Amino acid sequence: MKYENQTLFLDGKLTKFTVPDLLHELSQYKGKKISTIDLSEVSSIDSAGVAFLDELVLNLHKFKPQLANMNEIVESAVSTFTSLSLKKPVPGRKDNFFILIGEGLLRWRDSTRDAIYLIADIFYWSFVGLFNRKGQRQGSIIQQSLIIGVDAVGIIALLSFILGLILALQSAAQLRQFGANIFVADLMAISMVTEMGPILTAIILAGRSGSSIASEIATMKVTEEIDALRMMAINPIRYIVVPKFLAITICIPLLVTMSTLVGILGGLIVAVTYLDLSAVVFFNRVFEILTMRDALIGLGKSFFFAWVIVIIGSYYGFNVKGGAEGVGKVTTQAVVASIFWVIILDALNSLIFYFKT
Amino acid sequence: MIEPIISVKDLVAKYGEQTVLDNVSLDIYPEEITVILGGSGCGKTTLIKNILRLFEPVSGSVKILNKEVTRMDELEFNSILSKIGMLFQNGALLNSLTIFDNVSIPLVQHTKLTPTIIAKMIRVKLKLVNLAKVENLLPSELSGGMKKRAALARAIALDPDILICDEPSAGLDPLTSASLDELILKLKNLLKMTIVIVTHELASIHRIADRIIFLDEGKVLFSGTLQQAKKSVIPEVETFFRVGKFG
Repeated sequence: MKYENQTLFLDGKLTKFTVPDLLHELSQYKGKKISTIDLSEVSSIDSAGVAFLDELVLNLHKFKPQLANMNEIVESAVSTFTSLSLKKPVPGRKDNFFILIGEGLLRWRDSTRDAIYLIADIFYWSFVGLFNRKGQRQGSIIQQSLIIGVDAVGIIALLSFILGLILALQSAAQLRQFGANIFVADLMAISMVTEMGPILTAIILAGRSGSSIASEIATMKVTEEIDALRMMAINPIRYIVVPKFLAITICIPLLVTMSTLVGILGGLIVAVTYLDLSAVVFFNRVFEILTMRDALIGLGKSFFFAWVIVIIGSYYGFNVKGGAEGVGKVTTQAVVASIFWVIILDALNSLIFYFKT
Repeated sequence: MIEPIISVKDLVAKYGEQTVLDNVSLDIYPEEITVILGGSGCGKTTLIKNILRLFEPVSGSVKILNKEVTRMDELEFNSILSKIGMLFQNGALLNSLTIFDNVSIPLVQHTKLTPTIIAKMIRVKLKLVNLAKVENLLPSELSGGMKKRAALARAIALDPDILICDEPSAGLDPLTSASLDELILKLKNLLKMTIVIVTHELASIHRIADRIIFLDEGKVLFSGTLQQAKKSVIPEVETFFRVGKFG
């Protein structure tokens, strides 16, 4: 590169490998008047070279520089790869604060409406599905029960047992100081039946089944399988969601009951080994303290947790946008939202049934 | 005699027990457009993926730019790959990135160009494939043909020495397909690119091919210039050039 009589002479290769150095070299001619860029000595040029020339012409626009002495190849490359003829990209509209709030509210209204439609559809088709299996795959409820329920037995049992053990151990140390050893049975019975059993089961199901429901439906949506079902005159909610909904409705009371029993068993081990209570005394106390109301509230709310998991998983699955990344995103959102709503429902349940003024 | 830019010798590829490529030998010459032809499942894509080491060949040798690549270490092979652009059958754009970001990947990763120069190059490449207005969209927001063109823009982002296209015109309308052929010819002439294309489009073959390689059941049935292929007496080749179908 050299500069003479308002002319910049470029030579050699103008390619992606030489352009960074040329840009560096060019800085020494900053401020000089360049009215011609001579390309007679340029041996080869690629699209990076042409972009470099465009940049040069744009930066020197006040001198209106001309490209001169181009051979046929260079001229052809410049005419093919020049970006000077392209329209300038229009910068995206920047919304003000009120527009953002308005759009947010509209989005919220739309998503609430969609969710209500989905919930109505799921409940309607699940009720219909109890009596009429048309539009569902044969054996799909049993298959889903195995996936959602049976496959989760191991992990729910193990975690409930450990949780029961922890609860009992931590309270035992305190109760022992007051000679109130027997109350460990009260604590285990009430906490496991009314709270720990249902919520632990629901959180594990949200992680296991909520994520799988969301990702399965989202993948089906992305790969146009949902559209294919519609084109075969099959209702996707009835075909995909209803078996999961019915399966989780069947499984959740069984899983919660198991979780509660195994949790209490964990407490029993602490009671027998650390608090010198006998198993008979422990169980007598458990049955004495528990009421049917507690058991029904615990089981009752678990149905709502299960439904929330399926509904949220389906909602996010059906509303996936984009491809593989969208699937990952809605799966995460579904799990987070499921756990959030399970806890909110639990709080509401406590307010309704246990908050006495 | 011109040295081949890609040279394959006795390549054998298998899926489990099934032999897909059986002692395939072929040469691709520089600054030419070589079309690889053959019926579905004859091993065209497998051949390309074996040449580019996306699949590990069972035996045989593959030389690219005069270097044996089958036993080359990763770092050295990466430097060869930066000279090759590949257009996959389904585009293979990264779904989480916009079209602009997809095309920017090779430029940002393999050059020291400034962001303004890179942006200019991307916009020009997108204009070349008639996609000037979609740079901020995600791949999922494009049609199949648009995705393929965006993928071509990514493949030629670095002005590679070798461009490999796996069925570039499948799913495109005839007009776009013809303009794509024009672009391919332009790239060959301007940048002295070597181009390997897997295609079945007879019209496209007549427009752009310099050399034809005809695969059948994992073997090279014919290899020669387009003129030789048109006059070939090999029944499968003759049928294809007469009716545009595989016999």
